Amino acid sequence: MIGGKEKSPVIRMYHVHKSYGTKKALTDISLELMENERVFISGASGAGKTTLLKLIYLAEPVTRGQVLVDGMNLSRIVPKRIPFLRRKLGIIFQDFKLIPDKTVFENVALVLEAAGHKRRFVEKKVKSVLRVVGMEDKKDALPPGLSGGEQQCVAVARAVVGNPKIILADEPTGSLDPGSARKILALLDHYHRNGATLLIATHDRELIRRADGRVVHLDKGRLVSHR
Amino acid sequence: MVQIWRRALKDIWANRFLNTITVVTIAMAVLIVSAFGLLSVNFHQLMDKWRNGIRMLVYLKADVSQQDRQALEDRIRGIKGVSGVTFISKEEGLARMKQRMAILERLLEDLKKNPLPDTFEVRLDADALEGDRIDGVASAIRAMAPVEEVVYGKVWLNRFAGLMHLFRLAGTAMGGLFIMAAVFIVANTLRLVLYSRQQEIEIMRLIGATDRFIKMPFFVEGLVQGFFGGLLGLAVLYGLFRVAAVRVGAYLPIGFGEMRYFSSTTLLLILGCTMGVGWIGCYLSLKGFLRR
Ligand SMILES: Nc1ncnc2c1ncn2[C@@H]1O[C@H](COP(=O)(O)OP(=O)(O)OP(=O)(O)O)[C@@H](O)[C@H]1O
Ligand SMILES: [Mg+2]
Repeated sequence: MIGGKEKSPVIRMYHVHKSYGTKKALTDISLELMENERVFISGASGAGKTTLLKLIYLAEPVTRGQVLVDGMNLSRIVPKRIPFLRRKLGIIFQDFKLIPDKTVFENVALVLEAAGHKRRFVEKKVKSVLRVVGMEDKKDALPPGLSGGEQQCVAVARAVVGNPKIILADEPTGSLDPGSARKILALLDHYHRNGATLLIATHDRELIRRADGRVVHLDKGRLVSHR
Repeated sequence: MVQIWRRALKDIWANRFLNTITVVTIAMAVLIVSAFGLLSVNFHQLMDKWRNGIRMLVYLKADVSQQDRQALEDRIRGIKGVSGVTFISKEEGLARMKQRMAILERLLEDLKKNPLPDTFEVRLDADALEGDRIDGVASAIRAMAPVEEVVYGKVWLNRFAGLMHLFRLAGTAMGGLFIMAAVFIVANTLRLVLYSRQQEIEIMRLIGATDRFIKMPFFVEGLVQGFFGGLLGLAVLYGLFRVAAVRVGAYLPIGFGEMRYFSSTTLLLILGCTMGVGWIGCYLSLKGFLRR
């Protein structure tokens, strides 16, 4: 595997438009992510980064254009298949989306339980992932009792616990000090090396400057530059 | 499966207030519906006993010859609806009366002449006891020559049958109403639970949970609620039944047996129904909720 020529695109967007009512959030976006690629989406607040990710995990339908994820055409997917699309994706949500009355452990375990894994496996796997993100001590804590950074670590753990093919990270270092941010990035790197495709939305200039990978810039819903 | 149960039981505990309301509602519905059922079963049994005990007494005129009597007996047997005829001579009748009313024995002993007529005791098919058919049988017998009089407890029988009918109608109507109310309340309390957990459900979907995975614990919850509601209702009914059985039993003529509670098969059937109510309530509630 030299140069990655044999690699196929895992995410493809063709002339995608997205409006919320009359408000245009994304305009004519075309983008391809190759297998095991690492891509950063930069852009100011409101540029449409989160919206772009939402189109990929189908929290929102496109207004126009097409999105393909791992061969699935999201405009044609039957509702029953949506959970299976999402199991290929590990998503770190900008607002974490942790379930407040479930413990850290339960939050992370839910991904594997929903995918139908056996309890023994779930327990082992969740413990090891929590150890990797440094949250094993807090596994019985409830999310509201955690700091922003700790919640972010749990969100990362939940995103990677199912060994997803694609990781979508929305501001994964948004509420972290530089040290913790590096730790999270190292973690994402780890999964990247193991074959995952990374798509990271951020307005953290520092992160982008040091970014090892392609950077695309969104400005008011338009893709303006590739690097 | 174990996980589904654990999730369901946790949910039940987390929403114990709403769950209690639901269980009590189901229990009340079960109590009312099965109370009607129980009374109906017991009335029915009582009536069957009574019907079997119903005899039509045919008094003969005095001095009917042996042949005429035999001929009459054959003719009565030939009437549709008659299942048996027994001849009771006046001597035999008197002896029976003495036996039954020991206090009167002396008095009866002193009688110079037997005041009782010869009698045929006529037993009837259950069919012949319905409605006015018994009147037909009676008048057919009355029209026969050596018959003096025919007596039977028709009025009471019909009144009782009418009452039963009304009772069963009311029971069915109220039962249906209460079951519907129970389903409605289960569906609505569950909807409250669902609303309070909308965010959680949305998150579960985003991380790849199927609707089935999300729904299963709710269905288990519905079944558990139905089961405990049914159990509670039947337990309360049993308590009331025991009290009532003692009271009513005292008024029942001996030989009419005692009041019965439901058989174990019926009890299981009722519990099955209440679990069904829980399930349907869940189904209705989730159907609207998860569609989007
Ligand atoms: N559900 C919604 N309904 C209406 N408008 C929305 C909705 N979600 C986003 N928008 C609008 O779409 C635009 C893009 O929003 P989006 O959340 O994608 O921006 P973003 O780049 O992620 O911003 P940030 O860096 O602050 O997270 C914004 O103008 C926002 O107001
Ligand atoms: Mg955003």
